[in-house]
Amino acid sequence: MRHIISILLENEPGALSRVVGLFSQRNFNIETLNVAPTEDPSLSRLTVTTVGDDRVIEQITKHLNKLIDVVKLVDLTEGNHIERELMLVKVKALGASRDEVKRTADIFRAQIVDVTPSVYTVQITGDAGKLDAFVQAMAPIGILEVARTGVSGIARGDKLLSL
Amino acid sequence: MELLSGADMIARFLKDEGVEHIYGYPGGAALHIYDALFRQDSVKHILVRHEQAATHAADGYARATGKPGVVLVTSGPGATNAVTGIATAYMDSIPMVVLCGQVMSHLIGEDAFQETDIVGVTRPVVKHSFSIKHPSEIPEVLKKAFYLAATGRPGPVLVDIPKDMTSPTERYEYVYPKKVKIRSYNPVTRGHTGQIKKAVDMMLKARRPVFYTGGGIITGRASEALTDLVQRLGFPITTTLMGIGGFPQGDRCSLGWLGMHGSYEANMAMHHADLIIAIGARFDDRVTNNTSKFCPTAKIVHVDIDPSSISKTVRADVPIVGAAGSVIDEMISLLQDREPASPDALTEWWKTIDDWRAEREGKLYEPSKPGEALKPQEVIEAVYRATRGEAFVTTDVGQHQMFAAQYYKFAKPNRFITSGGLGTMGFGFPAAMGVKLNFPQDDVVCFTGEGSFQMMMQELSTCKQFDVGVKIVNLNNQSLGMVRQWQDLNYKSRHAHSYMESLPDFAKLIEAYGFTAIKVTTFAELEPALERAFADTNELVFLDIYVDPFEHVYPMQVPLGSMRDMLLSKTERT
Ligand SMILES: Cc1ncc(C[n+]2csc(CCOP(=O)(O)OP(=O)(O)O)c2C)c(N)n1
Ligand SMILES: [Mg+2]
Repeated sequence: MRHIISILLENEPGALSRVVGLFSQRNFNIETLNVAPTEDPSLSRLTVTTVGDDRVIEQITKHLNKLIDVVKLVDLTEGNHIERELMLVKVKALGASRDEVKRTADIFRAQIVDVTPSVYTVQITGDAGKLDAFVQAMAPIGILEVARTGVSGIARGDKLLSL
Repeated sequence: MELLSGADMIARFLKDEGVEHIYGYPGGAALHIYDALFRQDSVKHILVRHEQAATHAADGYARATGKPGVVLVTSGPGATNAVTGIATAYMDSIPMVVLCGQVMSHLIGEDAFQETDIVGVTRPVVKHSFSIKHPSEIPEVLKKAFYLAATGRPGPVLVDIPKDMTSPTERYEYVYPKKVKIRSYNPVTRGHTGQIKKAVDMMLKARRPVFYTGGGIITGRASEALTDLVQRLGFPITTTLMGIGGFPQGDRCSLGWLGMHGSYEANMAMHHADLIIAIGARFDDRVTNNTSKFCPTAKIVHVDIDPSSISKTVRADVPIVGAAGSVIDEMISLLQDREPASPDALTEWWKTIDDWRAEREGKLYEPSKPGEALKPQEVIEAVYRATRGEAFVTTDVGQHQMFAAQYYKFAKPNRFITSGGLGTMGFGFPAAMGVKLNFPQDDVVCFTGEGSFQMMMQELSTCKQFDVGVKIVNLNNQSLGMVRQWQDLNYKSRHAHSYMESLPDFAKLIEAYGFTAIKVTTFAELEPALERAFADTNELVFLDIYVDPFEHVYPMQVPLGSMRDMLLSKTERT
């Protein structure tokens, strides 16, 4: 099963490498990784998506918790949550396909954020499934480059991941 | 208010922290610190002859005392030489603080002379590490390092100290931090009472219970409490290699240690148990053999201070996260309020166990006959007698290590000191130094092999400088015995590089350092040699004891089998 784990991490040098190192050292996999500071400058929030059975996920969360730099974590997939990822895609936009790209972007509620005579740069947000679907839809037209942020997420309702 | 340089702060902090000995080796990046050590006399620095030995000596000290061992090395090669010892301590959860010099901070990342990213190199084998960013943070960082090393599940902590952080010209306020808080680190102590109750219920209902306890009993100082609990219940108990001494081995409840080379009765009892109470042990592969065949009829209670150890390899039915001592105390107090199990609840079980014991009685090994080479096992037994079972025993790694664990019987914790998790050849001798320096009145014996000893024998020079009177018992089988045993069993006796050609004349080598060495080749020579060796507790004596090169360590679990699948000798199998 795919899990989304969000971590509050001390904003210290070396902290990120401890988290990433743990995954490779213990043979856990990382599908996506997203990290940025929070409103509290001493903390970063890091979100990983990973795949594993219950036993593996239990080990992942336990070992993450054991890292001194990990302040708190939550497995978002255990409850209702919002998952978002942002993607920027450069697509060939020549002749008839120029309209096609625009139409498809509209269907996905994506925005064209940069334009040249031959290329559209499209920005889209959503869960990983939506982004995958967009990539598939654009593939026949000609994708030139893709940049994805990796998944970020937050629990629905009153539940908080904070100190 | 006191103003001190970073280097003086380090020396001063060590004193305030109550550190008596540090083990180390100087070099450019650590020289300000060495100068600070020179100008004080509270902390004694032991100059080793290789940084790996510094870590093993600190580790031996830590295992014998329960307090963090302290190491000081320089940057680059000094630090990388220490890595094996750090990993050794990490695998066995030993508290250690390693202070590493580093190149000046403005040079970091430029491949400066003797620069290595030692924090990066050691990341997977430390509990945590710090880099000093400003001299003023030294006292607090060091306090955190000691606190992390010694609390929760202990382990090595590395502190990387760029040379400019210790500059003698920059002084900052020094206050010894009595306490530190780390917001993300709150090791549990007490276990969950509901879970402990559940465990106690199961214990009272069990018909074939076994305690299986590990190094957590030793590091958690829970040996007395454990002994009380086991004796109240009258359950059989087996320990891991790391847990040896956590329960007195002479007691009737003791089945010895378990696992790959564990005792027949311990492995049999585990396999047939209906309840396993694991405390401070981690179900590692040298214990469980094939986990899918592990203890098919047992429910498992697992007590550990580290939640990530629970259900890592074998699923626990009743997981209890807590410190061994406090959980055991709580079990005892719960038991006091409960109707005890009927006195003959375990009669059947003990009868079965006694039958297993009787089966192997007198068949563990064949003693040497006159004219034959000595058996390593009988040497260990003789040393046991010569020291009345009271010595601190360290070992290297190989057959001699297993024999030492099997035939020297321990009544107390912190006495058997061995590299269990990493299995580091070269560990035994420097570890013995670390013990002896802190227990000058006691006999400290290092059982080693001619292979292992040659990995750290430069430390003879350290022993000469600091008058370290350890007894080195070299079980000289003229081969890398454990490797050779595997080659006998798995490679049709093709002994690829498992024999030690061109062995030195150990006696001459030892004498070159001014110590006494005795060569022993027959049984008749053994007792007098031991008498001579142990005459003066403070004299280093090296016993070069020639033993049968063809001997194997048994029992030996059959790969991929269950706990009870064992080879019992070259010809017998369960
Ligand atoms: C540093 C290191 N290298 C290699 C090994 C693999 N190894 C395990 S036991 C052994 C042989 C040890 O020989 P010796 O010290 O003579 O002990 P013996 O088994 O003969 O008693 C070897 C090479 C190890 N454990 N540690
Ligand atoms: Mg040998």
